[in-house]
Amino acid sequence: MSDFRFDTPAGPNPIDREQVVGQPFDRIDGPLKVTGRARYAYEYHEEVPNVAYGWMLGAGIGKGRVSAIDTHEAERAPGVLLVMTHLNAPRQGPLQADFAPQLTGPEVRFFDQAVALVIAESFEQARHAARLVRVSYDRQPGRFDLKAEQPHATKPQGDVDDKPDTAVGDFATGFAAAPVKIDVTYTTPDQSHTMMEPHATIARWDGGRLTVWTSNQMVHWAVRDLSGTLLIPPENIRVVSAFVGGGFGAKLWIQSDVVLAALGARAVGRPVKLALARPQIMNNTTRRAATIQRVRIGATPDGRIQAIAHETWSGNQPNRRPEEAANQTRLLYAGRDRMTATKVALLDLTVGSSMRAPGEAVGLLALEGAMDELAEKLGMDPVELRIRNDVQFDPEAGPSRPFSSRHLVECLRTGAERFGWSRRNPRPGQVREGPWLVGMGMAAAIRGNLVEPSRARVTLRPDGTLLVETQMTDIGTGSYTILAQTAAEMLGLPLNKVEVRLGDSRFPISSGSGGSFGANSSTAGLYAACQALRSQLAQKAGFNTGQAEFTEGQVRAGGRAVPLASLAGPAGVTAENGIEFADLEQKYAQASFGAHFCEAGVDLHTGEVRVRRMLTVAAAGRILNPKTARSQCLGGMAMGIGSALMEDAVVDTRLGCFVNHNMASYHVPVHADIPALEVIFVKELDDKSSPMKAKGVGELGICGVGASVANAVYNATGVRVRDYPLTLDKLLPGLPSLSPA
Amino acid sequence: MRPFTYQRANSPAEAAAAVARTPGAKFIAGGTNLLDLMKLEVETPQHLVDVNHLGLDQVQPTPERGLRIGALVRNTDLAADARVRRDYGVLSRALLSGASGQLRNKATTAGNLLQRTRCPYFYDVTKPCNKRTPGSGCAAIEGVSRDLAVLGGSEACIATYPSDMAVAMRALDATIETVDGAGAVRTIPIAELHRLPGDMPEVDTTLRSGEMITAVTLPPPIVGRHVYRKVRDRASYAFALVSIAAVLGDGHRRVAFGGLAPKPWRVEAAEAHRTAQEIADVALAGARPTRQNAFKLTLARRTLAAVVEA
Amino acid sequence: MSDATWFLGVAAFSRRGVIVSAGAAAAATSAPGIVSAEPPAKAGEATVAVTLVVDGQPRRLDLDPRVTLLDALREHLHLTGTKKGCDHGQCGACTVLVGGRRINSCLTLAVMHDGDQVTTIEGLGSPERLHPLQAAFVKHDGFQCGYCTSGQICSAVGMLDEIRRGVPSHVTEDLAQVAYSDDEVRERMSGNICRCAAYPNIVAAIREVHEGAVA
Repeated sequence: MSDFRFDTPAGPNPIDREQVVGQPFDRIDGPLKVTGRARYAYEYHEEVPNVAYGWMLGAGIGKGRVSAIDTHEAERAPGVLLVMTHLNAPRQGPLQADFAPQLTGPEVRFFDQAVALVIAESFEQARHAARLVRVSYDRQPGRFDLKAEQPHATKPQGDVDDKPDTAVGDFATGFAAAPVKIDVTYTTPDQSHTMMEPHATIARWDGGRLTVWTSNQMVHWAVRDLSGTLLIPPENIRVVSAFVGGGFGAKLWIQSDVVLAALGARAVGRPVKLALARPQIMNNTTRRAATIQRVRIGATPDGRIQAIAHETWSGNQPNRRPEEAANQTRLLYAGRDRMTATKVALLDLTVGSSMRAPGEAVGLLALEGAMDELAEKLGMDPVELRIRNDVQFDPEAGPSRPFSSRHLVECLRTGAERFGWSRRNPRPGQVREGPWLVGMGMAAAIRGNLVEPSRARVTLRPDGTLLVETQMTDIGTGSYTILAQTAAEMLGLPLNKVEVRLGDSRFPISSGSGGSFGANSSTAGLYAACQALRSQLAQKAGFNTGQAEFTEGQVRAGGRAVPLASLAGPAGVTAENGIEFADLEQKYAQASFGAHFCEAGVDLHTGEVRVRRMLTVAAAGRILNPKTARSQCLGGMAMGIGSALMEDAVVDTRLGCFVNHNMASYHVPVHADIPALEVIFVKELDDKSSPMKAKGVGELGICGVGASVANAVYNATGVRVRDYPLTLDKLLPGLPSLSPA
Repeated sequence: MRPFTYQRANSPAEAAAAVARTPGAKFIAGGTNLLDLMKLEVETPQHLVDVNHLGLDQVQPTPERGLRIGALVRNTDLAADARVRRDYGVLSRALLSGASGQLRNKATTAGNLLQRTRCPYFYDVTKPCNKRTPGSGCAAIEGVSRDLAVLGGSEACIATYPSDMAVAMRALDATIETVDGAGAVRTIPIAELHRLPGDMPEVDTTLRSGEMITAVTLPPPIVGRHVYRKVRDRASYAFALVSIAAVLGDGHRRVAFGGLAPKPWRVEAAEAHRTAQEIADVALAGARPTRQNAFKLTLARRTLAAVVEA
Repeated sequence: MSDATWFLGVAAFSRRGVIVSAGAAAAATSAPGIVSAEPPAKAGEATVAVTLVVDGQPRRLDLDPRVTLLDALREHLHLTGTKKGCDHGQCGACTVLVGGRRINSCLTLAVMHDGDQVTTIEGLGSPERLHPLQAAFVKHDGFQCGYCTSGQICSAVGMLDEIRRGVPSHVTEDLAQVAYSDDEVRERMSGNICRCAAYPNIVAAIREVHEGAVA
């Protein structure tokens, strides 16, 4: 059966019943997770006995060559089975696309790039033996400082999703003519995903066939890139990623752990497990790239944007993507004359890659700060400014490309009312409670809605239960649960009659988890598979497919009801299908929208910032499970608070590394940083997005949050910091001087 | 982690003797800093003497109406001790502002005193560090120094000392009791326990080889308002940028700073002054900040104002 | 002592909850079976005999002294519910209860715990018999990816006991008056990082259990 092609807006369908979908069910994998029984990549003891332990040794320089490497002492250390370096590593695929060859030569492209792999009987032996590998280097000067490299930045080449530059109308003229202007430059630092589960893999070879239990968001990409890296056919690779301890983009593409484990296991003829140590992750794997962003907005005195420009600079390894921080500015606000530009500099730091809402998460830190500055200059309420510049079509393409759905104004109005925005004093630095300067800020949110083809297999089993199998992963997003809800809705079964198996390359290829496309795409693929199963079952029951109704464990039509279990037969009934998306993405601009409201206190003496309360209102199509979707928003909000106030991977621009490469000194929010947070979903169905009528929500929650915090800090203090994060040292110079007692 | 041999000691003198006679031996109590550093091979002991079973876990009154705190009293228990809460609030507060609940359950009084710096270059064995590898140079002075010392540093090292507890103990004029491998006992004023780096930054304290801390003694309670104010980059579970331990009484005050120097920083001469500004002028005199950490001086002044003038 | 009773209760519960079968969410298709200690390390490497009383059961191991309590649980006893997030005491995912007190199992050596009572997440409850905190975490969605969850729950058990024992915290206004509040929980749980940031839901889950316990 060919895949369901989604090329016209969805009509009424069984999901609209919302008897199971759309309900706030507890996670079906919850009992396993809260009891420690959910097993993550490093934890497959029964399947993989006789395992040896791997340890990655990273380069001690930022740029240069390994001039000599002495493994003699390491090889003689107790328990050591293998020391692999570029001198004895096998041939691998090229360093291109998303392949991840390891130990392929003496060149050191970034600090903590693997220079040796040690395999030993025990973890302790492998870790120590790695320290016995003696490496000498020829250091070369590196490019580690984005600011210094900014003048050399160029238009990105190669793999870029979107065109790097856009222009409509005549920005220069429009901006020059605008009565009110803002021209500001914001900077955002490198950030680290800091998911709780480190990159980890167990690799086992059975002849020429490789199985990896690995922590990965995208199973089919992992198969593709392992094939290209290890030079073995994809059909000889099995990837299992049943539970993923957080990813946020860090586990979209294979990293050194899985390649080294596979190489090591083949070389020693035993299964090998390898996890990157926490202090290695920040420099060895990927980062969210730092940006420099210039935003110019010209408006009329009544706040209508006439000209808007957003330019962004970031740095990366050769042929790697820029941080696309200007892209949301193409869609968010009206304005006749507009331009965006994206430039990338070469940097000898680890690969800059996707982290939760790549592009928007940092782009909105700048854009929504600039909007706050514009509102102040206009003497206009920041909420009103955004409403005034709402636009119901792609402002670059014009009215011929409307949004599939856009309820930004409703988010703004609802949020302002529920948050008590009218109580905000627009003059900064006026509200004081004891030692606290108190302010409110807000920001709009947008996140492009992506969709990916996705397939699933469903089996009605003889006992009347339904089995769902797809490569889809659950990285904390709730995939297990919403897929079960989707299947239950489609077949008219209670949730507890559905079993979901995920994260195994033996199952049909799914969208995977990334870019907020996972929930909508994978449930849509499952929807298609369920439709196929419904057809088969209706036929078996002697019904016309179009008239059959699936409800309460039965298929019904024409006054007759047949229990599903009776149709399963002794072998069960299986259907496999998927969805592919035609051109509705081109015909309609598609995005999720939201609004964030923040109240922050700033300590008058010390400049310490505390978020006191926060509200997010989100419009993201059908909310498949309000409980798990709310949690996704909470997570985004907290990460947004982190990006505003503390997250900063600090580069030593001389030595070329992130200095604070551990969880003690790369600060992410802890419990005490996060107050009670509120989330409201605006009712919305998007029939151009998928048959599920859902859109992405997992990343929307972070988009704009940091700007709402920064704007609240400004309102509290009158200090505008354009260099994220807003650590207290940047606020201190602007705080009121203390009168001597 | 380098291989080591392990023994449980049965008495303080036995433990001290074992460390004194065994090359590369170290005491281990809570282990929360030592094991952290051993995993990175910043610390590479060849032999560990486990002192967790020596008793030394009591808080007892002294004849001088002070308190004697056993070296192995856990941070949680010391902070929760009713007498400490009542009479030495600054100490309880300092302990509770440090680390996490889990770490405080393990960390001991003596171990907390002997914490090593959290300078990022000290932790990274691929970088030069005079404290870790004498003579290798200091990567921090010209490098990422935002968190590092503005006072008391040298050309060789600007590491800060990370303990909160010790800053309060410094304000309280605590005394350290030790025993050495020969069984000799001595006391050290806390002001003399930690040393400035000078040209030997690898030596953190004035303890001798094999000398083991057995107790910390607090003098009689000091009447006044006990304050510990810690300023950091997130609301909890982070080291201090600046901290202040203060006891503010009628006509007397004590002020010690954390986060600024290689040891708890207290200038007694400053305490006679009246205003926060005057105290800070004296206490922070001679500061040599880097471009990145100069804000600490402003922060220390403003925090002191909040503490003194509240 | 009421605290001791609490932990005796935990231990008794754990013994009943040892057998585990796969839940409805099928990814875990096999149950953790009975496991034995790894064979002693190779000759020339001195090992130390240690007996840990884990979830009520004495478990004898011969270990390289370098093995942390965390790795003893995960790699030698195959109790993988206790997680390794950072291995340096910076995240809290490895939190277990030793003698009823919460600690980071990554920053202590197994040989230092000969004879000690260790309670892990597996000992608190099973999918069929959830500990009240485990049930509350499910109900309030106090987790997403699940990797910090074991540590959060073990930490919460220890934390609630600390409040009951009157241990103050950084946010306790009057050191003589220790009482439960959401702010107290946020401060006291700050040693357990959740990057998915289920924090508000975790606070709600703990509050429900606290209120149930005092009601």
